[in-house]
Amino acid sequence: MTITHADGRQRPSAVPRESEAGSGRPPGRTALGRRKGGGPWSSKTAAWMFLTPVILYLGAFYAYPLYRNIDLSVRHYTVRSFVQGDAPFSGWDNFHQVVHDATFATALRNTMVFTVVSIVFQYGIGLALAVFFHRNFRLAPTLRALFLIPWLLPLIVSASTWSWMLNSESGVVNYALHLAGISKVDWLTSPSWALTSVIIANIWIGIPFNLVILYSGLQTIPAELYEAASLDGAGAWQQFRRITFPLLRPVSAITVLLGLIYTLKVFDLIWIMTKGGPGDASSTLATWSYRLGFGSLLPQFGPGAAVGNILILIALVFGLLYIRVQRRQTA
Amino acid sequence: MTTTAPAHRGSATRRRGGRPGSRRNTAIGLLLTAMMLFPIYWMINVSLTPQQNMRKDPPDLLPLHPTLSGYRAVLDDQLPYLWVSLLVGLGTVALTLLLSAPAGFALAKLRPRGGGAVGVMLLIAQMIPGIVMAMGFYGIFLNLGIMNTWWGLVVADSTIAVPFGVMIFTAFMSGIPDELLAAATIDGASVWRTFTSVVLPVSRNAVVTVSLFSFLWAWSDFVFANTLDGGGSMRPITLGIYKYIGNNNQEWNAIMATAVVASVPAAALLVLAQRYVAAGVTSGAVKD
Repeated sequence: MTITHADGRQRPSAVPRESEAGSGRPPGRTALGRRKGGGPWSSKTAAWMFLTPVILYLGAFYAYPLYRNIDLSVRHYTVRSFVQGDAPFSGWDNFHQVVHDATFATALRNTMVFTVVSIVFQYGIGLALAVFFHRNFRLAPTLRALFLIPWLLPLIVSASTWSWMLNSESGVVNYALHLAGISKVDWLTSPSWALTSVIIANIWIGIPFNLVILYSGLQTIPAELYEAASLDGAGAWQQFRRITFPLLRPVSAITVLLGLIYTLKVFDLIWIMTKGGPGDASSTLATWSYRLGFGSLLPQFGPGAAVGNILILIALVFGLLYIRVQRRQTA
Repeated sequence: MTTTAPAHRGSATRRRGGRPGSRRNTAIGLLLTAMMLFPIYWMINVSLTPQQNMRKDPPDLLPLHPTLSGYRAVLDDQLPYLWVSLLVGLGTVALTLLLSAPAGFALAKLRPRGGGAVGVMLLIAQMIPGIVMAMGFYGIFLNLGIMNTWWGLVVADSTIAVPFGVMIFTAFMSGIPDELLAAATIDGASVWRTFTSVVLPVSRNAVVTVSLFSFLWAWSDFVFANTLDGGGSMRPITLGIYKYIGNNNQEWNAIMATAVVASVPAAALLVLAQRYVAAGVTSGAVKD
C-alpha cells in the first residue's frame, strides 16, 4: 500500500481480484436472494443500500475533485478568482502554455527515467530476493517480514533519512565512498546526481512490495516441476530460466504494471529530498504540478491542474492495461 | 548427475534443519537484511548522536556517546503533532471501515447488476495521483471553509484507503461460504443482520488488514496534510518533521528522533497484525 502509501502507496500482497465477484459462482446470488416474502427484488434493493454510501462518497470525493481539477485546467485562474469562482474560460490555453514550457520536456523525461529505472531495479532485486527467500532456510520468514519495514515507513521518514545519508559533507554514503577511494559526490545538490539520488531512495522503498508479490507468486509453482527438472539434470540457473521465470510471468506483469502506476505518482519522496531541484534536475510531472499550484506565493492553479491532468492520462493508460491483464488472467 | 540431488528443491519441511546449504543461506539472508535495514539503523544512530558530533569526520558508526536530547526535543515540540496524527489515523480507519465493509459485502455476496462497474471505478480511483486529488480538494475546502481542520484531513486521507478497503473486503467476503449466509437467512435474519452478526465477525482478518493500512496511510500522509492542513493549529506529525527540516536548523538528531517516533506505529502494527493477516478466511466460523 503503497501502499503506497502515503499517497496511495503500493498495495500489500493480497492483490484483490475484484473481477472474481462478477465471474462464476452463481449460487451466491441465491444465498440471500431467496428470502421469504421479498424474492430477488429485495436482495437487489439491499445490495444498492449497502453500496449507496460508497457511491455517494466516490461522487463527492473522487468525481467532484476530479471535475474541479479539469475545470481548473481550462480556466484562467488568479488567486482572487480562485476564491470567487468566476474565472474566465480559456480552453486549451493552460495545456498549450504547459506543453511549450521549457520545463515540460525535462519533467516528462525525468518522469520516464525515474519510473523505468526504479521499476527495473525494484523488480530485478525483488525477484532475486524472492527466489532466494523461497529456499526456506532458517529465519527466512522473520527476515522476509523485516524486509517489509522500508515499505511501511512514512515517506517523509525515509526521505529525510536518505537526505541525511546522502548529505555531501557529513553523509554516511560519501564516507563509504571515501573508504572505497572514491571522491565525494554532491548527491542532492548537483544537477547531474539529484535524479539518481531520488531514484536510489525510491528503489529502496519499492523492493519490499516486489518481493512480497513475487514471493507469493513463487509459492504457486508446484515443487514437482523443480524435482522433475533436477532429475533431468537442470541446474539452478536452468530451472530459473525454464520454470520460475516463465511461470511467474502473469504475476510479473501485474507487479510491473502496479509498480508503474504507483511510481508515476511519486511526489512526497522527491519533494522532500530535492524539491525537484536543483533547477529542474529532478522535477517530474508530479512535483512540477505541485510547484505550479502550491510552490510559490503566486500560484498558477490552471497550469498546475493541466500538468496534473496530463499525469492522470499517462497513469490511466497503464491502469487500463493493468485491468486488461488482470481480466485475462482471471478469465 | 541424476542421483546427486533429486530433492534439491523439495518442500520446506524436508529442507529445514541440518542441510549444508541452509546455514550459508541464513548467513546470506542476515547480511542482505542488514544491508536493507541499514538506513533504519542509521536513522536511529543519528537520533542518538549529540549535535556537536553530527558533522564529525569520520561519522560515528555506533552510538558510543548516546544522547537523548533529540528525543527530549520531540517531547517538547512534537507531541501535539503526534496527537493530531493519531486522531486523523483513527478517524480515517473509522470512515474507511464504515464505507468499505458494506460495499465489499454487496459486491461479493449480493452482486447487484452494475456492481462490476463500481469495481472498475474503484480500480481507476486508485490510479489518480494524490497530488491531483489534493489540488481538487484545495478549491473545495477553500470554498467550504474547512481548511486546516483535522476532520477535513480525515475525509481527504480516506480517499487513499477506501478503494483499497472495498477491494480487500470484496475479495475476502467472496471466500465466505454461501451456506453460512443461507443458514442465517433461514433463521430469519435480515440482510443487515446477516451482515453485522455473521459476515463482519467472520471477516475479522479483513477488518484488521484494512484498518492497519488505512491507519498507516493516514499517519504517513504528507501531500494532503501539506496542502489542506498546512496552516492551522491541528497539524499531523509529517508536517512536524517537515517543519523541522524546513527550519534549516540542521538539528538532525531531533529530526531523526522524530522520524524514529513517527516510525513506531509502522513497526508496531507490522508485529501485531502479521498473525491476523496470515490467518485463513473462515477459520473461526465454518471450519472448527
